[in-house]
Amino acid sequence: MIKFLLRKEFKQIIRNPFLPRMIFIFPLMVLLVFPWAASYEIKNLNLSVIDNDHSSYSRRLTEKIVSSNYFRLTNVSANYKQALKSIEKKQSDIILEIPPHFEKDLVNKQNSKVMVSANAVNGMKGGMSMTYLVSIVTDFNSEITDELLGGAASFSDSKPSIQIDSQYKFNPHLNYRVFMVPALIVLILTQLCGFLPAISIVFEKELGTMEQINVSPVPKTTFILAKLIPFWLIGFLVITIGSAIAWAVYGLVPAGYYSTIYLFAGIYILTVSGLGLVVSNYAQTLQQAMFVIFFFMLVFIMLSGLYTPIDSMPEWAKWVASFNPLKHFMVVMRSVYLKGSNPLQLSKELFALIGFAVFFNVWAVLSYRKKN
Amino acid sequence: MKQLFSFIRKEFYHILRDKTTIMILLLMPIIQIILFGFALTTEVKDTQVAVLTTTNDEASSRIIDKLNASAYFDVVAKIHNEDEIQTVFRDAKAKLVVVFEDHFAEKLRHTGKAHIQLIADATDPNAATSFTFYASNIINSYQQELMGEAKNPYQIIPEVKMLYNPQMEGAFNFVPGVLGMILILICAMMTSIAIVREKEMGTMEILLVSPMKPIYTILSKITPYFVLSCVNFATIMLLSVFVLKVPIAGSFLSLVFVSLLYIFVALALGLLISTIASTQIAAMLISGMGLMIPVMLLSGMIFPIENMPVPLQIVSSIIPARWYISAVKSIMIQGLGFSSILKEVGVLALMATVLIGISMKKFKVRLE
Repeated sequence: MIKFLLRKEFKQIIRNPFLPRMIFIFPLMVLLVFPWAASYEIKNLNLSVIDNDHSSYSRRLTEKIVSSNYFRLTNVSANYKQALKSIEKKQSDIILEIPPHFEKDLVNKQNSKVMVSANAVNGMKGGMSMTYLVSIVTDFNSEITDELLGGAASFSDSKPSIQIDSQYKFNPHLNYRVFMVPALIVLILTQLCGFLPAISIVFEKELGTMEQINVSPVPKTTFILAKLIPFWLIGFLVITIGSAIAWAVYGLVPAGYYSTIYLFAGIYILTVSGLGLVVSNYAQTLQQAMFVIFFFMLVFIMLSGLYTPIDSMPEWAKWVASFNPLKHFMVVMRSVYLKGSNPLQLSKELFALIGFAVFFNVWAVLSYRKKN
Repeated sequence: MKQLFSFIRKEFYHILRDKTTIMILLLMPIIQIILFGFALTTEVKDTQVAVLTTTNDEASSRIIDKLNASAYFDVVAKIHNEDEIQTVFRDAKAKLVVVFEDHFAEKLRHTGKAHIQLIADATDPNAATSFTFYASNIINSYQQELMGEAKNPYQIIPEVKMLYNPQMEGAFNFVPGVLGMILILICAMMTSIAIVREKEMGTMEILLVSPMKPIYTILSKITPYFVLSCVNFATIMLLSVFVLKVPIAGSFLSLVFVSLLYIFVALALGLLISTIASTQIAAMLISGMGLMIPVMLLSGMIFPIENMPVPLQIVSSIIPARWYISAVKSIMIQGLGFSSILKEVGVLALMATVLIGISMKKFKVRLE
C-alpha cells in the first residue's frame, strides 16, 4: 500500500511547477550569497578623534590606534558635539576624546584619562570597537610607562606580572564564515523540510483529494509515513547539496565525519517534517498552515543560537530554547564541522532529537482525522 | 467611490470571517516581540569556564573566585591535566579553559612572573574575542590588587561610554530589527495570496467582469490588511515601550509616518508576488520562506551592512526592511529628527510607487 502512496506523493511534488526548482535553487542561492553577508568580522571601524591636547603623546596614541588595522580615522572634530554629529551621520562609529593637558598630566600627576564613546545602536559592533580601542590604550599606557621609567629600572621587570596569552581553538583565524556556513545549511534544511510538509496535507484538503484518501482503507500511520518519506529524502538531497557547496566554494569539510552529520540530519528532518505535518493536520486553510509554521520557524531560528549566543539568554529563554530542535541540530553541525565531535559526545543532542522526532510524528499520526 | 467601498467591505468580510487566521495574525507578533526582545542579546554572559590547575594555591583560587563572581563567567569544572582540555571542549562543557602553569603562586611570589593561558573555543569567533578580553581584564585587575602600592605609576584611564544604550540592553539592539522583520514578513504573506487565491478559487473571473478598475481592485485588497497591520504595529510598539522598556527617544509622529509607509510597501510587495505567482503554494513559499533569510541577513538587523562586500551592499538596498530598520534606529534609539531619515523615507516611497506600478502592469484583466 505504502508503495502506491509514495508514488503518488512523488508525482505530486515533481509535477508541481514550482517545488522541484525550489528544492535546488533555494540552497544554492542561500549558500552562495549569504555567507558573505553574515559577517561580524569587525574591521575598518570609523574613528572620530577630538584631540584637545595636540601633544606628541596624543598624536602617538592616535597613530597607534589607526595603525592597528581595526580603525581608520574618518573624522577629526574640535569638540564632542561635532564628533557626535559625525556619529549621527554614520560617518564614525566611535569617538576618542583626548582632554587638554593629557601629556602634562600623565608626566606630572602620573594620571590622565581619555574618553571613549562608542555607538551602541548595534550592540555587538559597539562592544567590539570599545574592546579594541581600550586594549590599544592599555598597550599604549605600558609603552609610555616603560619609556618614562627608562631602560634598566624598567617597570615591567620590577612588578609581579602575570603573563596572559590566549589561544583560539577550532577556528584559529577567527573566521566568521566557518561559523556561519554550517548554520546556514541547517537553516535551509529546516525551512524546506518544515514549510513543505506543513502545506502538504492542507493542500490536499483545499484541493479536495483528501476526501479520497479518507474514504480509502489506508491506515493513519501509513498515510503519515507516505507523507514523511519524500521529505526525508529531499532533506538528504538538500544536506548533500549543502555540504558539497560548503566544500567546493568555501573549502569547508567537517573535522568530524559526514556519517555523524547524516545520522543527526536523518533524525532532525523527521522532527521538523513531523512538526510540519502536525500543523498541516490542524490547519483549515493553506494560509493558516503557512502562518503557523512560519511562526514556529521564526522562533526556532531566532532562538537557535544562530546569531546570538544561547548562554547570554535569561534562564527562562534558555529553558524555552532547550525545546527547540533547531538549536540542538545547530550545535551538532557546528561541533561536527569545527570540533570534530562524535555522536557519543553529542549524546545529549542525540537523545533530545530522537525524543522530538518521536513526539512530533506520533502527534502527527494521532492528529490526523479521517472524519471532519 | 461607492464601488470601491463596497469592494473594501467584501475584502473585510473575507478576512474577518476566518476567525482562526485573524487570531493567529494578531497573536503571532505579540509572542515574537516578547520572546525576541527579552532573549536576544549579543552581550557575553555566563560563559562556562573550566580551570586547569595542578596546585591548589591561593593566587589561582583568588583568580578563579574573581572570574566566578563576575557576570561574564561561571566556573563549571576543574581539571587536572592537559588531555582533559580537548574533552571539555568536545563535550561542550566549557567555552574557555584557563590554564595556570605549575606552581603558579610560587613562581609569582619568587620570580615575580607567572603564566596563564586562556584557551578559547573559537567556534563563535566574536564571542571568543569578547570573553577572552573580559577574562584578561579580570586577571589584570587581580594583578593590580597584588601590586597594591607598587602599581603602575603612570595611568591612562579610559572613561568608557556606550552611546544610546548605556546599559547595553539587548532589546535596544533588536527591537528595531525584529519590528522590521515581523512587519514585512507578515504583511507580505497576508497579501501574497490575495489575488492568486481568487484565481485558484475561480472568483477572479467575477472580479474581472465587474466594471472595477485594476487600481481599485488592488487598493481594496490592500486596505483591510493595512488596518490589520496597523493594529499589529500598535501592539508591537506598546509592548516594546511598556514591557521591553525601549523608549521612543525621538518623535513618535515620524516613527508612525515611516511605519505606515513601510507597511504599505510590504503589502504592495506581497501583492506583486500575488499577481506574479501562479498558485497559492508558490505565493506563500516565496513570501514566507523566500523572504525570510534575505530579510534577516541583508537588512542590517543582525549583521551591519557596512561590513558586507560592496555587491551585497547594493543587493541589500532593494530590501525595504534595510531602510525601515535604519530609520527606526535613528528615531527610536538615537532620538534623531525627521530630517535624518529623509533618505530612508524617499527610498521607501519610491519602492511603494514602483511596486504598485509593476503590480498594475502585471495585473491581467483577462484569464489565460
